[in-house]
Amino acid sequence: MDNMITVYLYGKKYTVPDSLTIMEAFEYSGYQLVRGCGCRNGFCGACATIYRIKGSSTLYGCLACSTKVQPDMCVASLPFFPLEKKIYEIEDIRPTQQIMMQLYPEIYACIGCNACTKACTQQLNVMQYIAYAQRAEYEKCADESFDCVMCGVCSDRCPAGISHAQVAMLARRLTGKYLRPKAQHLAQRVQDIADGKYDESMKEIMALPKEKLAEMYDTRVIEK
Amino acid sequence: MSFPYTDEMMASVAKVEATRKERMGMDLPRMSADDKDALLRKFHPDYNDDAFDVLKVGANKGQRAPKELAAMLQARSRIEGVKLDLAHPDYDVDVLIIGGGGAGTSAAIEAHNAGANVLVVTKLRMGDANTMMAEGGIQAADKANDSPAQHYLDVMGGGHYANVPELVEKLVMEGPAAVEWLENFGVLFDKDAEGNMITVHGGGTSRKRMHAARDYTGREIMRVLRDECQNRQIPVVDYTAAVELIKDTEGKCAGAVLMNMETGELMVARAKTTIIATGGAGRMHYQGFPTSNHYGATADGLVLAYRAGARLLYQDSLQYHPTGVAFPAQIFGALVTEKVRSCGAQLVNREGVAYINPLETRDVEAAGVIREVTERHLGVHTPTQDGVWLDTPLIEALHGEGTIEKRIPGMLRMYGRLDIDIRKVPIVVYPTLHYQNGGIRISADGQSDIPNLFVGGEASGGVHGRNRLMGNSLLDVIVFGRNAGRSAGKAYKNVTLSDLTLDHVAQYEKACEDAGIHTDTVSPKLLPDYRRPMTRL
Repeated sequence: MDNMITVYLYGKKYTVPDSLTIMEAFEYSGYQLVRGCGCRNGFCGACATIYRIKGSSTLYGCLACSTKVQPDMCVASLPFFPLEKKIYEIEDIRPTQQIMMQLYPEIYACIGCNACTKACTQQLNVMQYIAYAQRAEYEKCADESFDCVMCGVCSDRCPAGISHAQVAMLARRLTGKYLRPKAQHLAQRVQDIADGKYDESMKEIMALPKEKLAEMYDTRVIEK
Repeated sequence: MSFPYTDEMMASVAKVEATRKERMGMDLPRMSADDKDALLRKFHPDYNDDAFDVLKVGANKGQRAPKELAAMLQARSRIEGVKLDLAHPDYDVDVLIIGGGGAGTSAAIEAHNAGANVLVVTKLRMGDANTMMAEGGIQAADKANDSPAQHYLDVMGGGHYANVPELVEKLVMEGPAAVEWLENFGVLFDKDAEGNMITVHGGGTSRKRMHAARDYTGREIMRVLRDECQNRQIPVVDYTAAVELIKDTEGKCAGAVLMNMETGELMVARAKTTIIATGGAGRMHYQGFPTSNHYGATADGLVLAYRAGARLLYQDSLQYHPTGVAFPAQIFGALVTEKVRSCGAQLVNREGVAYINPLETRDVEAAGVIREVTERHLGVHTPTQDGVWLDTPLIEALHGEGTIEKRIPGMLRMYGRLDIDIRKVPIVVYPTLHYQNGGIRISADGQSDIPNLFVGGEASGGVHGRNRLMGNSLLDVIVFGRNAGRSAGKAYKNVTLSDLTLDHVAQYEKACEDAGIHTDTVSPKLLPDYRRPMTRL
């Protein structure tokens, strides 16, 4: 039998089994979720949540789908947070310091309080990746921010009004497009296909009767 | 560190550890075609006849479908008896896209490229989709030892030759261009210092053509596509579902009836062309299976299209991913990416025996797990669901310390949150409902049986036959999402709509009545209901 504990959902007291996630606690208590519920597995950031344990001043950020309830947890969900996303044309911009200053100048107003890092639902070093973005070290910013789910909890805590997830998004796209070398074998293959170099072999294999195809499949050599 | 495993589980872990060294050098044999066939027939859920009903109405009348899907396909309309002003639509666009996942967003970008006035509606948010959760990778034949024909062979064999050849041709021939398209948008694929893609095997691949972005491949792709869609300022109406398609009096698809998920308000969207990109069906929980799918995976697109007269293909074929989480309860049914096996982890039973090659196709592996647990009684007992071990510590024994953190950080984090360190102990897995192999029948240009109704991604059927290979779903959403967007972006230019009508809805309801179907159930389902029964009204 489950151990029952007391939690406060939007301040209202409920008794729920202690094995549940916060999301399941809402549903156990009778909420049919529409907002604040997405992949239910820690990938999408839809269920951003903040909580305190009653009697403590520490405020935590988490994802409701992948965080277990605790006794006296006082929970508010953050199903939408107004992040500021700047519009740009990826083909026209370059990975310069200028572009970050132009699109997200507020990152230079960071006061170093580290509240973003403390709040991160993915335990990322958010303040560090913002520091990389300030210095136009986009590859480092991309690497440090890679696991970001864009839930917005960091921005909720930021006194400088930074939309961290959007800053990191820009840094990652700049890195992927401009700072990492292009895959030459990929470009070559795309060209060869466009030039019709694979038309013949495709036609041949598509013309095979099922039995022949099956024989070929069952005896195909699998790369080690 | 202590783990939340029972004593019985820990005793079995000891057996797994005892055989690990010996298993390290082992080349586990592949099964013969006949053995695979026999295994599937006996243990794969698709062969469980009790779980299917025969459809009594519609274009696939007389064919079978999972009971839960049949109930939705033959349920009542959500707008029965509602008067809608079809002559004064709330939205009037060239291309209406239903669904904001990988396929819908790819379609939106291509339709926008074609100059169309595009509207995307999504019942949750853009990116709340199975694409976001795809971990392992995306296939494309772009290495020297590989070719589209080689990829074709793997897809057809994996799909049991039930695939529609023209769709597979498109998948493999346009695969490299799809990956390049993503690379150009700035997707951070795993590459070496020279820019060569780091590619690995997936179950059923004969070449290493699985491209990845760590084990967050789908998320990285989805967030870049979403960002690109936002940069183009393509209108996206979120928390808005399509609940019926609208036709014109000539029988062409002409838009959809929309419903605000929060307020219930109904709206009319008129569209010269419509794209269904509503994704899969895991939240239908066929046969009571848990699912790896996102919250909105309820087969809505199939219901809309079927009621409007479109044919489905392989609606009775589902993919159960062999490695769903069996324990602990908090992540029951969640996906353990196939990449874990690509990296070297083996499937091992309670006694520490690696009973199967870990890179057979998914249907074979799923049937294998079920056989181990049911017939052979060699499953690992857990408080939630019995399963088999996936020997994750073997990865670091093979490839060195740090491999797990580098290659499958998502898995390390998912289990780490629940005090299970997958570098130290194996994890228990059991099949989870993962993918809708079938869907709405499409032609190579992405069009359904209904003129001007296009489909892309998991909602369509035929690309994967009766079993999809790892990494071909992300490829499908990009190739066929773009395909639908391009086709619709071309078609709308020649469309003139006549008056809008919902007569097909009334006709379908009449057909249900005539077939003796009496139900209060309405569809599409839109969202599952996980409330504790006693809290519901």
